[in-house]
Amino acid sequence: MQAANPSLIAENLACRRGERLLFRRLSFALAPGAACHVTGANGAGKTTLIRALAGLTKPYAGEVRREGALALLDERSGLDPDLPLARSLAFWFGLDSVADPAAIMARLRLETLAEVPVGYLSTGQRKRAALARVIGQNAAVWLLDEPLSGLDTASQDLVSTLVCEHCESGGIALIASHQPLDVPGMTSFAIEDFAPAEAEA
Amino acid sequence: MLAQLLRRDLAQFFPFTGSGAALPVVFFVAVAMLFPFAVGPDANLMLKTGGGVVWIAALLAAILPLEKLVAGDIALGFFDQLRLRGFAEEAMMAVRLLAHWLSFGPPLLLATFPAAALLKIEGETFDILLLGLLAGTPGLAAIGLMIAALTASLRAGAALSGLLLIPLALPILIFGAGALARQDVASIGFVGAISLALVAIAPFAAGAAIRAAREG
Repeated sequence: MQAANPSLIAENLACRRGERLLFRRLSFALAPGAACHVTGANGAGKTTLIRALAGLTKPYAGEVRREGALALLDERSGLDPDLPLARSLAFWFGLDSVADPAAIMARLRLETLAEVPVGYLSTGQRKRAALARVIGQNAAVWLLDEPLSGLDTASQDLVSTLVCEHCESGGIALIASHQPLDVPGMTSFAIEDFAPAEAEA
Repeated sequence: MLAQLLRRDLAQFFPFTGSGAALPVVFFVAVAMLFPFAVGPDANLMLKTGGGVVWIAALLAAILPLEKLVAGDIALGFFDQLRLRGFAEEAMMAVRLLAHWLSFGPPLLLATFPAAALLKIEGETFDILLLGLLAGTPGLAAIGLMIAALTASLRAGAALSGLLLIPLALPILIFGAGALARQDVASIGFVGAISLALVAIAPFAAGAAIRAAREG
């Protein structure tokens, strides 16, 4: 972990998509070792929340504070589709100074796919590749947007295990997913609970 | 870090590597090849007009790589991932500009040799042409990058970028091709100055554009 004492704090957060207010008065504080599951229907604002937490978009109101490096997993892998998987991942592993790329590839059962161009991978395989990128980043704070979508049961269990390990070693994970995750001690909130009432919207 | 990014961008955009296409260069030579067929093999006429044709070909060839220059990496989440690792958008775009010029400028300058031979451009005219293109292509690359970044989130972006580049590239064309007509090396200085200003602005304009695209 890069930061000794990572944290992720949202204060009175409100976000819009277009003209529509998705959620408001959302506050939470995640301490080292905390895992948090954000649930919500499609379009409820999970991805918008994740992008605001990542600092990629400005929230409409409120503030995000974070200690520690941040890794983001979303539906976009960030991997060059024309390159073989190993070379495509090698770029990110290089940036993140990963000591043992082979171990991460093996952990996510990607060894046999090393020579396959990313564009030919299935949705689930691409998601596993993106997870490899996240692990290689060795960041203290993980933001995972729908990490389970497209994955088979074995890989879903692997995601839970990886999140557990990450939190046990003092990391923070915030997972937006409409599917259940098996992580002991994980807190959870539904983003719909922060949706504005009809009159406000 | 920036060197790693440059290596990746070059692998993406350099002709014959990654997804980089040689199409702009082939297109450039093809125009030079077609011109004598269209106007007839009058050496005198070609010497007078050939340089201008090469300039127009260069300008049109500059449009071809724009479609993939920025939009693909936005869709890929590539810039977002770089941002999380502490890269500024301006730095990403400065690297992209360098990679774009390297994979577009030098191949075009090399292709000027066969193109000039086909158009029977020689002697001092050729020197002025080559020098002008050397001074002008960074400017064309900078305009291209700004347009590619601005139109990346639009659905009809690719078609629009061609339309936008032509008027913006006019000053470069006027001074670059003008140097040929007057056999005057001095106005290449103007081309260089325009290019320099564009290269200085482009990373900031393009960086702001990809930041704005996130909010969309």
